[in-house]
Order: sequence, then structure tokens, then C-alpha cells
Amino acid sequence: MTTLDPREVFLAEANELLDRLETTLLDLGDRPDDTTLIDTAFRALHTIKGSGAMFGFDRVAAFTHDFETAFDLVRRGAIAPSVELVNVALSAKDYIRTLIEDPDPDTAVIGDAILAELDRLVGGGPAQAAAPAAAPTSEAAPAGWQIGIRFDPGILHNGTNPLALLDELRELGACTVVPRLADLPGLEDLDPESLHIGWDVTLVGPVDRAAIEDVFLFVQDAMDLTLAPLTPGLPVAVPGPVPPVEGPVVPAAEARVVAVPVAPVAERDAPARSPSERRPGPPRAASTMRVEAERLDELMDRVGELVIAQARLSQLAGLHADAGIKTIAEEIERLSARLRDTTMGIRMVPIGTLFSRFRRLVHDLSRDLGKPVTFVTEGEETELDKTVIERLADPLVHLIRNAIDHGVEAPERRAASGKSATGRIALTAEHAGAQVLVTVRDDGAGLDVARIRAKAEERGLVQPGTPLTDQQVYQFLFAPGFSTAQAISALSGRGVGMDVVKKTIEALRGSIDITAEPGAGTAMVLRLPLTLAIIEGLLIRVGDARYVLPLAAVEECIELPPDRGQGCGRDFLDIRGDLVPFLRLRDLFDAAGEPDPHQKVIIVAVGEARIGLVADQILGNHQTVIKSLSKLQADAATFSGATILGDGTAALIIDPAQIAAGGHAAGQPDGPREYREVA
Amino acid sequence: MMTDFVEAGQADGTLQVVMLGIGTETFALDAGMVREIIDPIPTTRVAGARPHLAHIVNVRGNVVPLADIRTRFGMPVTAATPDTRFVVIELDLDGDATLVALVADRVFEVTAIAMENRQPVPVIGTAWRPEYINSIVKYRDDFVIIPDMLQILN
Repeated sequence: MTTLDPREVFLAEANELLDRLETTLLDLGDRPDDTTLIDTAFRALHTIKGSGAMFGFDRVAAFTHDFETAFDLVRRGAIAPSVELVNVALSAKDYIRTLIEDPDPDTAVIGDAILAELDRLVGGGPAQAAAPAAAPTSEAAPAGWQIGIRFDPGILHNGTNPLALLDELRELGACTVVPRLADLPGLEDLDPESLHIGWDVTLVGPVDRAAIEDVFLFVQDAMDLTLAPLTPGLPVAVPGPVPPVEGPVVPAAEARVVAVPVAPVAERDAPARSPSERRPGPPRAASTMRVEAERLDELMDRVGELVIAQARLSQLAGLHADAGIKTIAEEIERLSARLRDTTMGIRMVPIGTLFSRFRRLVHDLSRDLGKPVTFVTEGEETELDKTVIERLADPLVHLIRNAIDHGVEAPERRAASGKSATGRIALTAEHAGAQVLVTVRDDGAGLDVARIRAKAEERGLVQPGTPLTDQQVYQFLFAPGFSTAQAISALSGRGVGMDVVKKTIEALRGSIDITAEPGAGTAMVLRLPLTLAIIEGLLIRVGDARYVLPLAAVEECIELPPDRGQGCGRDFLDIRGDLVPFLRLRDLFDAAGEPDPHQKVIIVAVGEARIGLVADQILGNHQTVIKSLSKLQADAATFSGATILGDGTAALIIDPAQIAAGGHAAGQPDGPREYREVA
Repeated sequence: MMTDFVEAGQADGTLQVVMLGIGTETFALDAGMVREIIDPIPTTRVAGARPHLAHIVNVRGNVVPLADIRTRFGMPVTAATPDTRFVVIELDLDGDATLVALVADRVFEVTAIAMENRQPVPVIGTAWRPEYINSIVKYRDDFVIIPDMLQILN
């Protein structure tokens, strides 16, 4: 068994809570009136404090406690959440994260400053501070409360002990607890693991409403809590010793127990229907389980091996005449395909988890740069392999920064060109075949083609006067160290980034397209594969070797026209009117032997461009389990990895993007060799 | 690390090695890095890779580079014989454990060599690049090479 480090558990939990806190705070900035958001934020804080103290993160607990105290005023409605308050709360949240990750006492100054700022905002001056303090007290003035408690029947499953909660109530003041037994089913229908009992509690004493609510803080989503202050007249009768009050109540309860079987149908219907009715808030999260990412990776590896073994089995079974073996091979093929899909499904994570992180970024950038920006996200439910999502975070940060810093114009300029002063950044995700498109779109000024081109010429990336399409000009943005920003800001303009963005995306076997419209904005479109582990491939033969092309890139296959044979000097084709250049893979890979008489051309899409790859034979589709090549062979950049074929031999996976990049050099003398050095 | 293993030999000053015949030389490979020795299997040529790492093979579901270090030592590359074996070794490549299959013309034996017989690489008298060789050890009547695999492969 694996032993779990409790601190690790806390860290994982705290991370999740902090993320939730951040989202909630940002929502609160947009909808300051939504009290459920305040409650959610408060609960997250409360949990961090509690578990922080439990796992020995004392400084976290202490700071969170102070934060919570200040935030409590907001929760009680004494202070309206302002944008300023949200900003401070966000920095407090960041500080908690810092404390958790690096409990270094040097940073205490920051914490104090945040708390002071928070106090200033929440206190708002002595007069205001006094008023809110008074308000809750006056509200809590009643001599006691009539509390109605009714839990979700399933509440016991998560370990909640209702009796302990009642004990907590008792600590607040003298309580009279009367069970509600109306929902209790007959014995034959009784599920001992469900809670059918509710309680009516009469609590006597000058207790704050919030104090009562705090008792149920963690279960309030799964319960109905009604609170009614006792009328001043009534409490006089109740304060007496508890026994006399309980006396008359007990018979009533008994009476109800008896009553249940009398009207079983009506009673049974009610609890079955009620849980859904009673839950107006967000639906309870589906039951989930934390699994170490490594185990998922391992599972995927195993499935990959299984798919390979299955391919071998199918190949062997194909050679046998035995129908029994064929049936089993087909069965295994079906099973392994389903297992593969299920496993890949486990690794899929909705991209929304990533998107929510950027709200904070946009919020901060828009404040720092003085550019009001609305941030819109779409397609949060689009799922991608978790590894892809993890590696996507940094590139997206760059792109969003650029969009705000360079894309969106200053408010005055926007107003001058007749746009609304508030810019708009849209982050969207959508499926497109076997790919996912993630787009960062701004409604800024678009890209200045002339300026990019001037800069590229200045840096010697292109000869002045070379005819270039806009797309080709945009590609200069990805050159290392390229920047057209006149002034280097704290955020961007150093030209670091876009080349890294491109590299990262390409390492994920994706690509970036840029579209821009002067005055209307820029869109960066990331095309990403659904998964890194297994792809559909097209198996081809070049000479005596077999290669795999990612099927997602393949557009069509045609036969090479005889007049385009070796040495004709016109290595391009007319595909429905478009000029498509082609490369002979035989030359590129120094293939041995004579070329087949009927060469095939596979047209592949690389970004916006199309190129043809000439092979000897097309063998068919292949489930390709991707194995990366060792770093020792990193100089063979034409290949994005390797896979294992049905007969057990390894085959290389061709990376069309690299081929296309190398193709420019191939036009020069000694093409293939030159290409290799470029790649 | 490759350079450390020689120092880290057995307490009695010996090192367990696998004796390999590659080309005309005898190499002593630290037994600790050898994962398995297999008969030759079909190889796949990787266009564009360096000549001493120009192939990959499938070793139990892993795609592993096949290293032919004969070219690194200026020896002619000859066709496989019935004695040819692939020796699968594990290297620490910038912190990543990496499998590499090594072409050996012949595998002799696993034996212990006394480290006190170790001698530095002579500056003259060998045609090899000194950084490829960790040291030379006298074994029985012969000198055997303890190679520095990381240097050779990189």
C-alpha cells in the first residue's frame, strides 16, 4: 500500500480550495450582490484554516484566521464587497498560497500589509466599523431561536454526524431538541445508512444568527436550515429546566412514529422527491476519487502495450485459417479498443479548469495596464488530455498577455476609433475533428503587417522586397527575440515568449495559426491533438521501411502523375487549381532499392499550407501508440516519435510540420543533406 | 553516473563486468548497467540520426536506440554473425534513465576485474579519442577497455 503523506493531502486540498476561492472572488467582483458567493468564499477560507492548523501550517492558519475575521463582516452584510476589497482578498489568497508553498517567515511583512489594507477597507473608519458590529448584535438580540433542521437522507455517507452538530448547538445555549419523525419509513423500507430524522431545536440565549449557521457551515448544501427568532414572549416559558419541557414533547414524537405506517404511500413519496427539490444550489459533484497522475500515465502505457500486442495477435490470426482464433482476435481487438477509449477518457480533463485561472490574469493585467477588458470564455467543457492542458497553461498566459498588452488599444484610442472603451478578450475551445482548437481573440487594432515586415527586414530575417503573404509575415512573430513593441513594458515586448509558445505547442504536436484584421482584432488559434498517447496513423512504405503519418494531417492520397517523375524539375502538383509542392520521401530518407512504378502522393496539411509527400505504397490505417525517441536521436527532427507495428518492428512517425519547415532548404543544391542540418 | 561506477566498485576492489568483443577490441562493461542481452532483432533505420545511433529497435515494447560504437572507434562495420548480440544497457541521461541497445560482435562472460590493475589511457599508442575511454584494465593476459558510454553516445 502507498502511504499518503498527510501534508501532501493538505497541499492538494488547499490548492483546490484556493482555486475555488479565487474563482469565487472574481465572480464576486462581477456580481457583488450574490451572497452565495460570499458564503462559498468564507467556507473555503474556513476549511483552509481548519486543515492548515491540523497539518501544522500554523502561519497559514493564523493568517487565514485574520483574513476570515475581516471577511466575516462582509458575509454578515455589514460591508458590501467592492472591487478594491476583491483585489485585496485576491492578494490575500495569493499570500496564503505563498505561505503554504514556502513557509518563510521573511514574508510576514506582506501578510501584515495585506491585513492592514483589508482592515482599512472593511473597517472603513471607526464610525462604519461600529455600525456593522452593532447591526448583527441587534439582529441577534432575540432571546433565542427556533431552529428547524432537516438533512439530506444521504448525509451519513460522507461521515457527517448530526448528533455532533446538535451537541455543538448545545454549547451555544440551552437547547430543547425534538426529533421530526414524520419521514421515517416503515421498518421493511428502512435503510439504516440513510438519515430520515430531522430536528426542531429551541435554543435559548442571546446567540448570534451567524454562530448557529457556522455550526452547519459544512453541511449547509445538504440540508434545510430554518431559523426563526423566538418571540420575546415565548422564551419566558422555555428557559425553565429542560426535563419539564421534554415531558410533553415525547408523547408527540411517539405519536408520529405510530402515524408513519398509517400513510406509508404519501410518506414514502415525499423523501424520494424532496432531495432534488431541496437543492436549489449547484448539483452535488459526481462522486470522484483522487488518483496520482503517474498512475494514470502508467495505465496509459499498459494500454498502449496491449494495443500493440493486440495488433500482433490480429496479424497472426489473419494468417491462420482457424476461425476460433480469428474470433478471439476480433474480440480482443474490440475489447482493447474500448479499453483504450475508456483510459483516454479518464485522462481527459475539461479545459475550463485551465480557463478559470486566466480570469485572474486578465483582471490583474487590465488593472495594471489601465485598459478595461471584459474576459469571455467559451467551450469550458471541451476535454483534452491532462498533459496537454498542463503544458498549455504557459503558452496561453503569453498569448493573453500579448492580447491585452499589444492587442487591445488604450481606452482613448479605442474611443477615437469608435469602439467601446472596454476591450474584449475571448478564450474559446472547440472540437474540430481529431483536434481541439483553442483560440485567444482580442478586439484590438490587429497586426501591423508593414511594421512586422520592417522589423523582420531590419533583423535580416527576410530580404527586402521578397513577396510574402500576410500569413508568412505573421510567422516572423515566432522568431526568437522578435518584438515590434516600441517600448518594453513590464509585461511583454521583450520578444521572449512567442518562439517558446510555438515550440511548446509543436511539442504537443499542435500548431498555431494567426488571423488578424486591421482595426478588428487578432486571433491566435492553437490546434491541438486530443491526446498524446495514441493517434490514428496512416501507414506508408518508403523503400523497404514503413513510416506512420498522423492521419489528422492527411487530406488526401493521389497517384503521382507520370510526368512528375524523378528529375522532371517540377516538384509540384495541381490539386484542383492549387499549387501544392511535394517532396520525395525516398530522397529525404535515402531509401534503398528501386522506386515502385506507381508512386503515391499523400497531401498533408501543415497549418494553412499543404504539401505532398511521395511514398512507394500506402499500407492503410494504423492505431499508433506513440513512443518518444531518445534524446540521443534528437537530431532526427523529421520524426516526432516511433511506434511498434503488428510484426513487432519499430516504425517512425513522420512530423509533417518539420518536413514542411525543412522543405524550404530542400530547393537548394544537395537538398536532403541541407534539409537535415536545418532541421 | 558512468564515471562514478568504477570508483564505486565492490568493497574488495573488484568490479563485476560483462566482457564484450566489439570489432577487434575487448570492452568491459559494468554489469550494473546491463539490463539484458538479447539475440539480434529487426532494426529500423532513422534517417538523419548520427551514424553510431542510426537505428531503433523494439525491446519489450520500448523503442530503444541501437548504438553501434564501432564507428566511434574507427572500426569497420561488419555484418552480423551468429555470435552477434544486442546488449541492452541503462544510462542516466541528464537525470532520465534511458535504455540503449549496444551491438556486440560477441559476448564473452561476466567476471570480476581487479580495479587496482586499472591504468589511465595512454596519450600515444591508441587511435581512439581519450574521452571515450574511462580506463584500461589488465585482465588475464590482455588489456581491456572500460568505455565511457555517455561520452561515446553523446
